[in-house]
Amino acid sequence: MKEFALIFRMSKHADAQPTPEQIQERTNWLASIAAQNKLVDKGNSLSAANARIVNNGAAITDGPYTEIKEFISGYVIIKTETLDEAVELAKANPIYKIGGSIEVREVVKLYNHDR
Amino acid sequence: MNTGAGAKHELLPNLFRLEYSKMTAVLYRRFGLKHIEIAEDIVSDTFATASANWVANGIPENPVAWLYTVAKNKARDCLKHLNVVENHQKESNPDDHEDGINDLEFTRQHISDSQLAMIFAVCNPGISPEAQICLALQVLCGFSVEVIANAFLAKTETIKKRLQRARAELRRDNFQISVLTKSEIMRRMDTVLKTLYLLFNEGYFSKTSDKQVQKELCLEAIRLILLLTENALTNTPQANALLALFCFQSSRLDARVNNKGEAITYEQQDRKLWDKALTEKGNYYLVEACNGNETSKYHLEAAIAYWHTTPADTNKWQHILQLYNQLVIIERSPVALLNRIFALAKVNGHAPAIAETEKLNMIENSHYHELLGYLYTATDPAQAVVHYDKAILLTKSSAEKKTLQKEIQQLRLKRPE
Repeated sequence: MKEFALIFRMSKHADAQPTPEQIQERTNWLASIAAQNKLVDKGNSLSAANARIVNNGAAITDGPYTEIKEFISGYVIIKTETLDEAVELAKANPIYKIGGSIEVREVVKLYNHDR
Repeated sequence: MNTGAGAKHELLPNLFRLEYSKMTAVLYRRFGLKHIEIAEDIVSDTFATASANWVANGIPENPVAWLYTVAKNKARDCLKHLNVVENHQKESNPDDHEDGINDLEFTRQHISDSQLAMIFAVCNPGISPEAQICLALQVLCGFSVEVIANAFLAKTETIKKRLQRARAELRRDNFQISVLTKSEIMRRMDTVLKTLYLLFNEGYFSKTSDKQVQKELCLEAIRLILLLTENALTNTPQANALLALFCFQSSRLDARVNNKGEAITYEQQDRKLWDKALTEKGNYYLVEACNGNETSKYHLEAAIAYWHTTPADTNKWQHILQLYNQLVIIERSPVALLNRIFALAKVNGHAPAIAETEKLNMIENSHYHELLGYLYTATDPAQAVVHYDKAILLTKSSAEKKTLQKEIQQLRLKRPE
């Protein structure tokens, strides 16, 4: 099994505060992955309001949202045999309903005995 | 002041159900395991005082606070008395005199800490699992011997003896319930989870047909595991997995038995009776259980239960089979082995499942014959009846006997002999 980080991206600031229904949908999706024994780390949501970007030379800007259209809202780590399988699991996430997207990236480990 | 006769009639039994175990927990902690009966007497006495006093003077403004105050006063008097007796017998330590009055505060935090401490005291590795469940039901849940006997389909005398032995063991144990240290928790956590698991199963797979008893056993198990997940020391991935399992299972509680006390098979259950709020709670705790890299028996069972509450998924049985494959590696229990084959039958068909089952050769096990009966139904009804008959002989559950007899009737209707 390989580990993949699913990185959630959102475009609308307003959606960063999910409704109870959205939280429920997200939990149900996570539970289905947990129930396949493929959830490594339920991850975290990342604050949209309390954020800074630290640039080279200690130039600090308020939050990323004034400068870029998409921001990272959270992440989850899952384990699957292949990247395609990880993508399949990501496809069922409710984030697409609110115009978000998911980036799927393999977690590179220094000593990966599993391969 | 409420003097309505109807309210009075309902109030005390309800308060007894809600407050008895909270009050005893606080007192157990103060009096120690050696004087466990004194703590129980004080609480029973408090309720007796309440019923006499409330009839005469009306129900007080705040009945719960009234009960707590009376219990506290009775406990204080009793502690004074105990100190006198014990000081007379030996030179006991002087700071044991007036201390511990603060330990008698019935605050929310103190109650739940005391209940948690008691769970760990009752789940004593020196007590047999059956006795532990009985003790848990009596000491932690405040169930009467009669209710416990009813749940186990046992004679009251048998349960009484079992409880007496367990209580003697509890008194001998030098487990300190006043302070719950991390190392003590770690040492007993497995036993605690196992006891709660068995307690829940006692309700869920109850031999009695009394729906109320079954439900109460399950709810008590949930109440106790919730206490564990609400405390930072005991909020482990395994505890969350077990709570998820309880939520998933109890979401179908109302659908599993009909009004006549007959068991209803999974396929025939009315899905409208499944409790959606509970399955959603189950989802939440299942995700919480995935903190860290642990895959325990409870994780796998919770995951299997998840798929049972999810009606539409084409790969459902494939997932369930894979989870059972992992489960039988961790725990080769007869139930896990037989359930795995049921999932195998759903994925690969009945013929290979029959071959796998017969390899197990558990001819003394009612579920073994029940499974074979089910697997033979379509291809060899006569053989199916043979196995169902054996299952009826072997099972002790009357609800199960009824269900199996129904299966046989249906088989005979299909192909009259």
